Amino acid sequence: MSSPFARLIVPALLPIVLILAWWYTSEGGSSIFFPPLSQIQERFQELWLFALVPEHVVPSLQSILWGLWISIVLGVGLGVLLGLNGYVATAVNPVLQFLRYLPAVALLPLAIQLIGIGQEMRVTIIVLGALWPILLNTIDGVRGISPGLIDVARSNRLRNFDWIFRVVIPSASPQIFAGIRASLAVSVILMFASELLGASRGIGYFILEAQRQFSLPEMWSGMILLGIIGYALNVVLMAIEYFALAWHRKARI
Amino acid sequence: MHVDSTLSSLPIAEDADRPVEIRIDGLQKTYKTERGSVEALSDINLEIRRREFVSLIGRSGCGKTTLLRIMAGLVAPTAGQVEVGGKSLWHNGTVDSSVIKRLGVVFQDANLFPWYSIEENIALPLKLRGVKKRERLERARELAGLVGLEKFLRSYPRELSGGMRQRAAIARALSDNPELLLMDEPFGALDALTREKMNLEIQRIALATEATVVFVTHDIEEAVFLGDRVVHLTPRPGRIKDIADVPLSRPRAMEVQTGQEFNTVVAELRASLNQEDDQ
Repeated sequence: MSSPFARLIVPALLPIVLILAWWYTSEGGSSIFFPPLSQIQERFQELWLFALVPEHVVPSLQSILWGLWISIVLGVGLGVLLGLNGYVATAVNPVLQFLRYLPAVALLPLAIQLIGIGQEMRVTIIVLGALWPILLNTIDGVRGISPGLIDVARSNRLRNFDWIFRVVIPSASPQIFAGIRASLAVSVILMFASELLGASRGIGYFILEAQRQFSLPEMWSGMILLGIIGYALNVVLMAIEYFALAWHRKARI
Repeated sequence: MHVDSTLSSLPIAEDADRPVEIRIDGLQKTYKTERGSVEALSDINLEIRRREFVSLIGRSGCGKTTLLRIMAGLVAPTAGQVEVGGKSLWHNGTVDSSVIKRLGVVFQDANLFPWYSIEENIALPLKLRGVKKRERLERARELAGLVGLEKFLRSYPRELSGGMRQRAAIARALSDNPELLLMDEPFGALDALTREKMNLEIQRIALATEATVVFVTHDIEEAVFLGDRVVHLTPRPGRIKDIADVPLSRPRAMEVQTGQEFNTVVAELRASLNQEDDQ
């Protein structure tokens, strides 16, 4: 399993098989809900390489990246503060858990009412959903710092700045990254959901419109695009994590 | 093992001319727990001279680690004084950081920062003090040489064995030229052979750096092999029961452990430790 050949080929096998199976079973099918994959692929090329990218993909990606970025900054910042102040963390924990399980989509109507239907609303909704995994994981990671490292930090008279940026955040970073990965998935969902309600651009809007006009190959192409974008974002995140946590990877071997 | 030959003629440390490096006076520590208070240390008085190597020995729970942590500025004493080089370490529960600067501490676990390379770990105290990069990497290399890690400067802690990590921790403790090296069962987690080797190393390092060393252990042979004096603590509350002098010249080779002087001291300490059971 460790050869590069095996590492690249083995994960590719199942997707290839599934695509081929889809391709042949949908070819010549009569259901209008499941158009042939060849037709979907044609549409995909026409629409997404790259005619409609500026109109629909760019705003969606912007919403996700802004939402995720704000969630990371807020989540890590607040998480470090709360994680280092045990009493405060205990005090706010019930509220955090409540907010975490309150689905951010449920806040959509209110957000539209308060903020309107612009991109600010969509970014806000993404933050309201994506913040919690990062925040809670950061708190956990910060509270889990090894007491031995605390001793070393104290006997070397670490200043607060060095303590937070050289010890606390690196030490919590494996958990912070796990939180970011969970938040990415939430961001994609909320991006899509927020575009279903009162948007005039974006992939979510496009898929809904295609369905309303019974343009099913277009709808399918949008769904596939959404999947590809989610997958690609995850690959980028994993690559960042791979380099940022090189020390942790070595630690697990 | 390289030992500087000029060191072999050093007098042993009963040398009363040397100034007192640490003075512990009426030290007491009481922990408050849910079930009342526990007296961990009671009326500890001890003087340690410069360049002396003192082993602290006792059973688990005798307060030896607490005593070392008070000396390291990590746990505040309930009463009493610790003076290092004539200056008080504790002032009403807060540490004097100008005194902490003169200490290097090695813990039972290496406690290296896993996200830093060995080089960066060793040089960390210097980095925090604002020493320039070139200078501190030079010092890291020099110290890595002293502890035999020159080939692992770019490695990460988890790529190293337990003994090598502990060497790196010792190098880190030495990086800021401490006058006083405090070690809390630093080799407790190592296998017997690695431990013997580390004992020779730490003796060599102590001689080479001319540091005063306080070394906590629960191993009688280790305490006697390393120490100029061995301080025996008894538990509940932790008190100094007796202090044994070890009349062996330095550097000591592993073979002294078969000699009569060594074994007399070991036997006395063992008897003294066993007496605790009868009390």
